[in-house]
Amino acid sequence: MKRFAISPEVVFTAGPLHFTDTVITTWIVMIVVSVISILATRKFSIRPSAFQEVVEAAFEAVEKTVKEVLPVEPWAAVPVLGTIWILIGFSNLIGLLPGLNTPTADLNTTFAFAVISYSMTHVFGVKTRGVKGYLSHYKEPTWLLLPIHLMAEVTRTIALAVRLFGNMLSGEMIAAILIGVVGFLAPIPFDLLHIVIGLIQAYIFGILTLVFIAIGISPEG
Amino acid sequence: MESLMVIISVSIIAAALAMAIGGYGPARALGESLTKALDAIARQPEAAAQITRTLIIGMALIESIAIYAFVIALIILFANPLIGYVIK
Repeated sequence: MKRFAISPEVVFTAGPLHFTDTVITTWIVMIVVSVISILATRKFSIRPSAFQEVVEAAFEAVEKTVKEVLPVEPWAAVPVLGTIWILIGFSNLIGLLPGLNTPTADLNTTFAFAVISYSMTHVFGVKTRGVKGYLSHYKEPTWLLLPIHLMAEVTRTIALAVRLFGNMLSGEMIAAILIGVVGFLAPIPFDLLHIVIGLIQAYIFGILTLVFIAIGISPEG
Repeated sequence: MESLMVIISVSIIAAALAMAIGGYGPARALGESLTKALDAIARQPEAAAQITRTLIIGMALIESIAIYAFVIALIILFANPLIGYVIK
């Protein structure tokens, strides 16, 4: 966790591929999330165990939030948003374990997430309104605003990536600076704040994706 | 060597100023938006969930301005492109 650079560290290379510590931590996150999901869905029963209750509560929370923002066809968006929330949430928090670094404190990871969110906006827009209907929202209210629309697409995607990256990296750097300046146990209150910020940022990333999808599929613009 | 020292010292001051000025505006904006949201919730407690969600989205958008300043400060400190002109 205590890393003091803005570029990731290369752990090993295989031919032209460089495997950084970010990639390896992301693999760990993927394994943890997959194992939990497999264990959770292997045996469902009418009388749920405590574990099943927790999983169902999480799923219902995702479903409820998606339904509030996206009135039309919320079912298509629930898996995407659930994945984004769970994956980013786990990624933000795994850096608190000693020896692991936060994958989302690397601009490459957050840009990948932002590109996924950007693509989903278009996929949902085209799926709900058709290609022509979706493209027509670029010329509203007039054709003159087309450059502004295109610029907004790019800047909001970059803003999504940079926001998550900056929040996560700043939390890590504050902890690193305090370890260096004050010493042992001093960063604990800031790490507690970092937990809260990590969860809130995961929520914000998902809810902004949802809002962008909702804007893309709404007929009035 | 002389010019490298100038670049480094100016970079430190610039990074500090970027964070100070870049943090001031968003901090005021966040405070103001939270005040207004609390007013609205006090007046209409039944709309609290909707107001909170909008508040969080708005705060995220405001806060990203401070994050831009932070990223600029990081670029100045750790990935300064201007040092490359001095060190060949």
